[in-house]
Amino acid sequence: MSDSESLRKTPLHACHEEAGARLVDFAGWIMPVQYRGLMAEHEAVRTAAGLFDVSHMGEFHVRGPDAESFLQRVTPNDVAKLRVGRAHYSALLTEEGTYVDDLLVYRLAKEEFLVVVNAANIAKDFQWFESHRSGAVELENASDRYALLALQGPRAPEILSRLTETDLPAIRYYRFAMGEVAGHRAMISRTGYTGEDGFELYMAPQGAPEVWRKLLEVGGEDGLQPAGLGARDTLRLEAAMALYGHEIDDTTTPWEAGLGWTIKMAKGDFVGRSALEALSGRGAQRSLIGFEVTDRGIARQGHGVVVDGEEVGRVTSGTYSPTLKKALGLAYVPKALAELGQTVTLNVRGKLLAATVIETPFYRRSK
Amino acid sequence: MYLDEYLYSKEHEWVHVEGETCVLGVTDFAQHQLGDVVFVELPEVGQTFEADDEIGSIESVKAVAELYTPVAGEVVETNEAVVDDPEVLNSDPHNNGWLIKMKIDAGADLSGLMSADQYKEFIDGEDA
Repeated sequence: MSDSESLRKTPLHACHEEAGARLVDFAGWIMPVQYRGLMAEHEAVRTAAGLFDVSHMGEFHVRGPDAESFLQRVTPNDVAKLRVGRAHYSALLTEEGTYVDDLLVYRLAKEEFLVVVNAANIAKDFQWFESHRSGAVELENASDRYALLALQGPRAPEILSRLTETDLPAIRYYRFAMGEVAGHRAMISRTGYTGEDGFELYMAPQGAPEVWRKLLEVGGEDGLQPAGLGARDTLRLEAAMALYGHEIDDTTTPWEAGLGWTIKMAKGDFVGRSALEALSGRGAQRSLIGFEVTDRGIARQGHGVVVDGEEVGRVTSGTYSPTLKKALGLAYVPKALAELGQTVTLNVRGKLLAATVIETPFYRRSK
Repeated sequence: MYLDEYLYSKEHEWVHVEGETCVLGVTDFAQHQLGDVVFVELPEVGQTFEADDEIGSIESVKAVAELYTPVAGEVVETNEAVVDDPEVLNSDPHNNGWLIKMKIDAGADLSGLMSADQYKEFIDGEDA
């Protein structure tokens, strides 16, 4: 970490150092990749709870009388149907219908929205919003005003209830409420990126370390552990959630990525719509499949899917699954290879390994 | 932790020389860097290698590391217990987590390997 001077620290940096986290450079930030160990952290989230620092994510405020119509035009999901107190998953698309980024849109008020974007894309996305701005819309890159904690796992509601008066059962999935956690104002959102129940807490940086410590304190008896980006990635992959730079980027469309449900063609025009319409007529040429490596080994991002020695597809994410104890992954393959049960061959560093196309998500929590 | 009777390589292997044979494994530093190990691939008994040849690989959930031999020789035994239960590499890298036994080549040169003290100094530099 030679140029740590230029890397940014989250408001929880001191907490990570105290906890003995292994810190790595991630998208220009010093982030904890693991504390006690990836497997233990992963398992804690699946069976009890884990606490993540995801303060590196970007937050933009979009305000004004034309905020709704502006977001309706620059994102493909239907913002008109998004009620105050709710969030939805959406995207920024290029004119070609490919991804600039994926994001969450929260409706804070009739004329105010919070948009949450990937850390690596903050500058690009904000520039994108600016360049498409029209009408009475105020845009603010508020990323530095927010710390973001994710409390994830089956014990999350019980643990969080010890530090807040807010009626948590009333906050259903993809809804949020303003409240206080350990005396600090927070936007409590029932969202996450792990395939488990849980909350994301948007709050001012100053109070975040105290909330972090208090949560670990009151959740310790439930098995709550701090969890790093390593576990975050294996958890999201088991849940088959897309990650920008892996499953989605400016060469992939929502149709191929299996994210067509976020695209509301009927709502009217939006950036990328005409390209997506043209493509939908033809049907996606390739699709994103889930696979299980049946030979010994782990396929990882960039490894080829081969037929008769020729590369016909590519692995977008691959890992050993701590929950399912198998090597799993996602890959783009031609439609003909996308059938469940189909055997495919993966080129893993020059070695050909057999894999089977299986259903996604790989992991689904029991309700 | 780092036993004085072992020699250590810059690729983070340890070597325990016993007469004409040696036992080879990866160091605690290496297993810690890798994280939870889930796959270990070892060479076949009878294979011969030059020093610094790649002899296998170790995969954790998030990373893959090539395994090199710092010593020229012939593989005479592999630790199948580690292949079956790779977690041993994390919990006991210097003993039960050994990887292979080799018959050392007559002309093998071990002078490039480090003592325990030198290795400790070496990883202090890498950690910073």
